[in-house]
Amino acid sequence: AGQPHKRRRTSEPSEIEERLESLICRVGEKSNSSLESNLEGLAGVLEADLPNYKSKILRILCTVARLLPEKLTVYTTLVGLLNARNYNFGGEFVEAMIRQLKECLKVNMYNEAVHLVRFLSDLVNCHVIAAPSMVAMFENFVSVTQEEDVPQVRCDWYMFAFLSSLPWVGKELYEKKDAEMDRLLSQTESYLKRRQKIHVPMLQVWTADKPHPQEEYLDCLWSQIQKLKKDRWQERHILRPYLAFDSILCEALQHNLPPFTPPPHTEDSVYPMPRVIFRMFDYTDDPEGPVMPGSHSVERFVIEENLHCIIKSHWKERKTCAAQLLSYPGNNKIPLNYHIVEVIFAELFQLPSPPHIEVMYTTLLIELCKLQPGSLPQVLAQATEMLYMRLDTMNTTCVDRFINWFSHHLSNFQFRWSWEDWSDCLTQDLEKPKPKFVREVLEKCMRLSYHQRIIDIVPASFSVLSPANPVCIYKYGDESNRSLPGYTVALCLTIAIKNKASNDEIFSILKDVPNPNKDDDNDEGFSFNPLKIEVFVQTLLHLAAKSFSHSFSALAKFHEVFKTLAESDEGKLHVLRVVYEVWKNHPQMIAVLVDKMIRTQIVDCAAVANWIFSSELAHDFTRFYIWEILHSTIRKMNKHVLKIQKELEETKARLARQHKRRDSDDDDDDDDRSSDREDGPLEEQIERLQEKVESAQSEQKNLFLVIFQRFIMLLTEHLVRCETSGIDVFTPWYKSCIERLQQIFLQHHQIIQQYMVTLENLLFTAELDHHILAVFQQFCALQA
Amino acid sequence: GAAGGGAAMCTSGTLSVLRSDSYVDLSQYRDQHFRGTRYDQERLLRKSCTLYVGNLSFYTTEEQIHELFGKSGDIKKVIMGLDKVKKTACGFCFVEYYARGDAENAMRYINGTRLDDRIIRTDWDAGFKEGRQYGRGRSGGQVRDEYRQDYDAGRGGYGKTVQCQ
Repeated sequence: AGQPHKRRRTSEPSEIEERLESLICRVGEKSNSSLESNLEGLAGVLEADLPNYKSKILRILCTVARLLPEKLTVYTTLVGLLNARNYNFGGEFVEAMIRQLKECLKVNMYNEAVHLVRFLSDLVNCHVIAAPSMVAMFENFVSVTQEEDVPQVRCDWYMFAFLSSLPWVGKELYEKKDAEMDRLLSQTESYLKRRQKIHVPMLQVWTADKPHPQEEYLDCLWSQIQKLKKDRWQERHILRPYLAFDSILCEALQHNLPPFTPPPHTEDSVYPMPRVIFRMFDYTDDPEGPVMPGSHSVERFVIEENLHCIIKSHWKERKTCAAQLLSYPGNNKIPLNYHIVEVIFAELFQLPSPPHIEVMYTTLLIELCKLQPGSLPQVLAQATEMLYMRLDTMNTTCVDRFINWFSHHLSNFQFRWSWEDWSDCLTQDLEKPKPKFVREVLEKCMRLSYHQRIIDIVPASFSVLSPANPVCIYKYGDESNRSLPGYTVALCLTIAIKNKASNDEIFSILKDVPNPNKDDDNDEGFSFNPLKIEVFVQTLLHLAAKSFSHSFSALAKFHEVFKTLAESDEGKLHVLRVVYEVWKNHPQMIAVLVDKMIRTQIVDCAAVANWIFSSELAHDFTRFYIWEILHSTIRKMNKHVLKIQKELEETKARLARQHKRRDSDDDDDDDDRSSDREDGPLEEQIERLQEKVESAQSEQKNLFLVIFQRFIMLLTEHLVRCETSGIDVFTPWYKSCIERLQQIFLQHHQIIQQYMVTLENLLFTAELDHHILAVFQQFCALQA
Repeated sequence: GAAGGGAAMCTSGTLSVLRSDSYVDLSQYRDQHFRGTRYDQERLLRKSCTLYVGNLSFYTTEEQIHELFGKSGDIKKVIMGLDKVKKTACGFCFVEYYARGDAENAMRYINGTRLDDRIIRTDWDAGFKEGRQYGRGRSGGQVRDEYRQDYDAGRGGYGKTVQCQ
């Protein structure tokens, strides 16, 4: 009370903007007053602020239209109220929205553009936009399907923008313009019938149609709209605050949308990829609770859209996200927990990639369990059980994600699970999806705990699926191995390393190792000697086995020896083989060692790829860790290329700035020569970086070609063998392998797009078995 | 406000409600042993790729830490916290990522979840320096284990002061 109170200054413009933004964003949140009175109040405040802050208000409203689609109808109502009070403002808002829509389309922000289109269409319900002009816009959208020589994904987007607005505005548009709407819907139907759907199998989470078909997203939406039409456009789920203001709004003058010409297709246009709608629940799964809307009901579409939007808005704030999901309106009319779990798994399993980092979904589900401890864990357990039951037809990439999620989730709940419920998998062949899944889960659980813990948490009958104790296998360890070639050198090395020998000392010890490939000996004596590699790598890794840090130190300390021994391609391959031999019980260790060896350039990416496809690894070929290593390797290669490209761009920018400075300072040309000297280093740098970029890009392309080549060889072998012996092609191994090939395409599709011509002409030619070619064709169809 | 309706409809603009990233914000903690100004320290914290991880069990291994924190991105290095006297694990570590974004995701999604059945806590670190891997408590472990009164089986039982009673 003794503190002098700082006199509040008249607010700065930015403070006003913040306040306005806050007011607008908060409307619709939990409040003591009704939504209607809050909207009315806010409309009054904004109307009063229009003379001074119109452009700020316009900007904020356009932004919420674009970024808060889950609150669409709240904001369309607000705009409706403002338009009723100020016709000019309504007109300016519509114009601003159209400008924003054009901008979004120009910069490939298609997902946000859909929200803008939906917002505009709901403005028809608020008497801001005249229905006939909205229909006219949709006519222009649908006519995109008549364009020639454009990618199908372009037409798809315009179709989606039209159809996905109909739950909100279908009724109003049909009432005003039924003939035009019928024509549009019939054009829609014929487009959907003729569009190709080669891409669908590649994007489906399950290959089976039972119990829920995995539908292509436009097909599903079309079914939903057809049903909506059959129900005479009666839609009861969407909250429509504008209904309460009907008497005010219907007095308002409406605006006509200006004629909207969809911007033409350009080379730089990148349209959203097609999707498959993920469904795992229906009304039979929650018999006690409210009925889940059917898969072809428009309610299902709206709920899913809104829940996805909430996650998109709040992905960084897991507690807020969970709270917002759980406070989605309609809680007692829909089985919200089921919808939430389904939507989260839809994202987690989405192909090619989840919208957000995988670990986010694990933590989000944990937050949801915390907020609804009496109900959500049960739904999650039910979902897990269902996913387990359908493993036989689940896409391998999705199984990977299921394994990662489930093991990480369990590690937060003391690994408590009713494993006996899954005893059915114990009688199956270990390569079948269910036992394979349990094995991989237990292995991952072990990585997050320790071996004995895993033995303790599963019933004794599950021991056949338990992971191996992750101990190192040292072939020279036992006295009984003393007859092995290299044994004595190994002993020697062990002592030397323990006595802190240098690289040179190691080299001289290794000189005594005979070369089993005597013909490969050249004068230098450093030719590929597999025995040298074996003895050195086995011994070193054994000595450093205590922890990752110990092993990394060892790699660093004896980097020179490694580089020399692994100089040739065969050397690199052999190093990898020995690492595997030593650590085959500890896949996690193999992965971190391979990562380190790539980063310190002991081996290169191509060597890792060749090693993965080598016959020595055939036994582990379908194990999860192998593919984690391969994808990690590809990612390192991609990041490396990006890094050098970025360096090149930055250096070019520096040169450009330097030129600009020179040009602006220079009045006469006397200083030409000295400026050249300044440019010299930069220009040389750019030349060198250019070479580096080209070399890296070439290495990157080569890596993918090697991988594809090896896949083709492996799959062709299998197909030929099956054909000649008359056995069915679709073994568990084959399913896994072909889906791993798909995974390469999907996970790295942006890079691979650059190689389409080479792939088509060199590898995926017409002579290829149609099973393999289909994968390539499905991939091509994704952006066609 | 500006004249006319010429406000740029910037498609990259956002809303402060969507900018919120509280898990990534700096905590109140500042390492008192940091050499440099508060300003320097905060500048380093804001671009750091290194996290301090606390409330680990003494038995949690580098491998477990690597597995968990690897879920938000590629790890450059894990440095285990050690008792200054015994040179054994004393319940904390540093995790360094190659990319800041990966460290941010760890703060968003791994902080406050369980490792080895314990809720672990992550915080930004200004960067590892030799010597910082050791506990600063008088007995050699972490300060918090000097004075705590509760029994924690994963952290040597009772606090050191209690043990000496």
